[in-house]
Amino acid sequence: MFGWEFPPHISGGLGTASYGLTKGLSRIKDVDVTFVVPKAYGDEDQTSVKLLGAGDIQVTKKKLHLKNFSKAMDYLEVKSNIVPYVDPEDFWRLSKKEVSGRYNFIQVNSEGKISFSGKYGPDLLTEIANYSVIASVIADENEFDLIHAHDWLAYPAGIAAKEVSGKPLVIHVHATDFDRSGGKVNPDVYAIEKKGMDIADLIITVSNLTRDTVINKYHINPAKVFTVYNAVEPLNESVKAKYKKGTDEKIVTFLGRITFQKGPEYFILAASKILQKMNNVRFVMAGSGDMMNKMIIMTARLGITNKFNFTGFLKGDDVYEMLRLSDVYIMPSISEPFGISPLEALQSNVPVIISNQSGVAEILTHAIKTDYWDIDAMADSIYGILKYPALTKMFRTYGKKEVDDLSWENSALKVKEVYENVLSLY
Amino acid sequence: MKTICLYFQVHQPFRLKKYRFFNIGNDHYYYDDYLNESVMRKVIEKCYFPANEILFDLIQKYNGKFKVAFSISGVAMDQFELYAPEVLESFKKLADSGSVEFLAETNAHSLVALKDKKAFCKQVETHGQKIKKHFNQSPSVFRNTELIYSDEIGAAVSDMGYKAILTEGAKHVLGWKSPNYLYCNAIKPRLKVLLKNFKLSDDIAFRFSSKTWEEWPLTTEKFVGWLNNLDPKEEVVNLFMDYETFGEHQWRETGIFDFLKFFPETVFNNSNFTFSTPSEVAEKLQPVSAIHVPHPISWADEERDLTAWLGNDLQNEAFNKLYSLSGKISKCKDPAILEDWNWLQTSDHLYYMCTKFFSDGDVHEYFNPYESPYEAFINYMNVLSDFEIRVNTAVPETNTDKELAKLRVLVAEKEDLLKKYMSEVNKLKLNISKSKTSGTKKVSSKAIPGKTKIPGISKTGKKSTKVSKVKKK
Repeated sequence: MFGWEFPPHISGGLGTASYGLTKGLSRIKDVDVTFVVPKAYGDEDQTSVKLLGAGDIQVTKKKLHLKNFSKAMDYLEVKSNIVPYVDPEDFWRLSKKEVSGRYNFIQVNSEGKISFSGKYGPDLLTEIANYSVIASVIADENEFDLIHAHDWLAYPAGIAAKEVSGKPLVIHVHATDFDRSGGKVNPDVYAIEKKGMDIADLIITVSNLTRDTVINKYHINPAKVFTVYNAVEPLNESVKAKYKKGTDEKIVTFLGRITFQKGPEYFILAASKILQKMNNVRFVMAGSGDMMNKMIIMTARLGITNKFNFTGFLKGDDVYEMLRLSDVYIMPSISEPFGISPLEALQSNVPVIISNQSGVAEILTHAIKTDYWDIDAMADSIYGILKYPALTKMFRTYGKKEVDDLSWENSALKVKEVYENVLSLY
Repeated sequence: MKTICLYFQVHQPFRLKKYRFFNIGNDHYYYDDYLNESVMRKVIEKCYFPANEILFDLIQKYNGKFKVAFSISGVAMDQFELYAPEVLESFKKLADSGSVEFLAETNAHSLVALKDKKAFCKQVETHGQKIKKHFNQSPSVFRNTELIYSDEIGAAVSDMGYKAILTEGAKHVLGWKSPNYLYCNAIKPRLKVLLKNFKLSDDIAFRFSSKTWEEWPLTTEKFVGWLNNLDPKEEVVNLFMDYETFGEHQWRETGIFDFLKFFPETVFNNSNFTFSTPSEVAEKLQPVSAIHVPHPISWADEERDLTAWLGNDLQNEAFNKLYSLSGKISKCKDPAILEDWNWLQTSDHLYYMCTKFFSDGDVHEYFNPYESPYEAFINYMNVLSDFEIRVNTAVPETNTDKELAKLRVLVAEKEDLLKKYMSEVNKLKLNISKSKTSGTKKVSSKAIPGKTKIPGISKTGKKSTKVSKVKKK
């Protein structure tokens, strides 16, 4: 499996998904996973193994024994110059500081926008090519039955491995450039994605929404595209609450990167509508991103800054703290291939409002769904949840149950079906 | 005697428009006129008109031997008056034939019987008046919204003077008993209870066009054959269904109209069954025993209980909130408020909030204007919030309410005044600009530049004092 991030360096989106899926697969009897990630922190190569024929490329091989995993897993870290910036928020901050040095920083989170800032552009494509070279070495050295590549940066690696080994390739589409770019698709990225999809024997998408994109925008034969929904890890209930709610105000939360894709401005517009009618409510935008300053200015122009807070990027348990304090969670994304965070909100007993333009809307019934541009409907839903307590009660009972019924093991079983499907073709 | 009792339910709710929270307090009109009228037109064309015509012809043809009963909800009659008086005429024609009985129900097609006995009686009375007005009949048989029935509801209905009531022949109530006899109420034995034969009714209403059903296609011969196979001692087969079954739930193409057209003929030729109206059944037959229904039943879904309307927290909250206003409403005289009160009680509003349809039944989807039960709930509660404000203004009870009511009246008056003044100001402004242009023309023709300003200033001066006076008022 070629991926981008893995524990302990893990954040939202792709990392969470590939972690969950691998964990699910580890519980299935006859599936063994070798996970490959590019990584170049420079602090982890004590046990590095030099692979023959790989020239100056180093590969770190570890046996991982993870909690809740039923068996050990081979874990390969490729020393490459691509830094999988686990954390898009960090990347955004770092790139603002004009980071220089021997690493090229690019954003590789599945939902992250690749920043082709000229300086990195050509390099990035070289790096991807490098990764695929290593992949072919790994393919040559290891025994396996099929190749599974997560998202576009890993497709070339998957293709290379397929060419060397002649084994089938499954690619897993967590997002496409249509989601990330908001319509301004980068032709280089598109080309890589398209090539990956063309060469792949079967394709897994995280929702039917993404499946449609793959079929319609990349012109892939629908018969080879399968949807396997993501799931969510059970909540660790033992973490104790750090903060107490300091006000009796209701809290409405947006949690995610403040980027075009996430539709933050629609949340602000809805907030301003509600504040005209309601007083004891507070809106929180948690996260950071390239649109943050613009959003702050927007709240100032609307004159709602006294009721609107920006927390900046939240790490680890703070996310759960934020959810714990929230009365409504909203995800007005313009284009969201899946969106695991609403599931996390439901786990924390927070009613959610999600846009119809998200993959998760396909599997959640006990959530309010609106179009991202329909600010009136969004405002009305927020108002309804805050004002009519029966809604919160309903969501707590049924929404939580619905999420608890989702498990990575089920997703993994579906992935296994795809595997069997693809192996039968060979 | 062996007889068939046909009864059809006619009902259309006033569906609500999208009512956002910022409308609360500003907009007091709640209904989606376009949707309501277009649904009504569609159903008229597909069902009411063609079905009425067939029934009328059958009645003529069999000269009093073919009979049916209708229950038309008060809100449906209201909609007929608004959108389709010609349908009302066509039902009148049926009523005049003498072979059609109209039943009593709640005016609003509401669940009020579960909440408030007094209000229940009042609604039934209002409905009775409407039936009298339109069809010149005084109903003697009652059917409650969605055939909801319990011993207590039956007792209340008996107290109102009705001699019989219709309800579902629910399995869990009947046990080994057959619905094909007349029963009586457990508390007031004088009230006869007619039970729907749900198997045979639903064969027509739900399964008629289902090609996966082993009995498809259903012919009148086959159906009458089933009737003949019943236990020879059984006396009555109650076929109760939505009138929209004909042409709307089951489309014309399924052959449902032909089934209706040839049903009486087959019955008369192939069996010794007759047709009776519910009141005739209640008169002619002797009840075989009392039927015990301690918990309310209905004709909905597999469970035949109330869960389609009061099965989750949303529905209970909306229901309780609505009837928390009934005390004040009883003191209210405002006809607009009373009309809204009636239309907001319609059970369909609660039905749209049902979460059962996530698992079962596209029946719930039928004409449902909402995408989700949550949306239905929020919309309804927003409307109710506005309605509550109006009721509190009309019937202020607490001091704050009184104060608020006063202020609202004051604000409304001021707003009217402002509007009046604004139009005056605009008129005057127009006059000024007119006189200005005419003034300059005069001046230019005379070509005395010094004088041009004088009339303008004096005139505007005058007017501005007038305006400021107005403002002081």
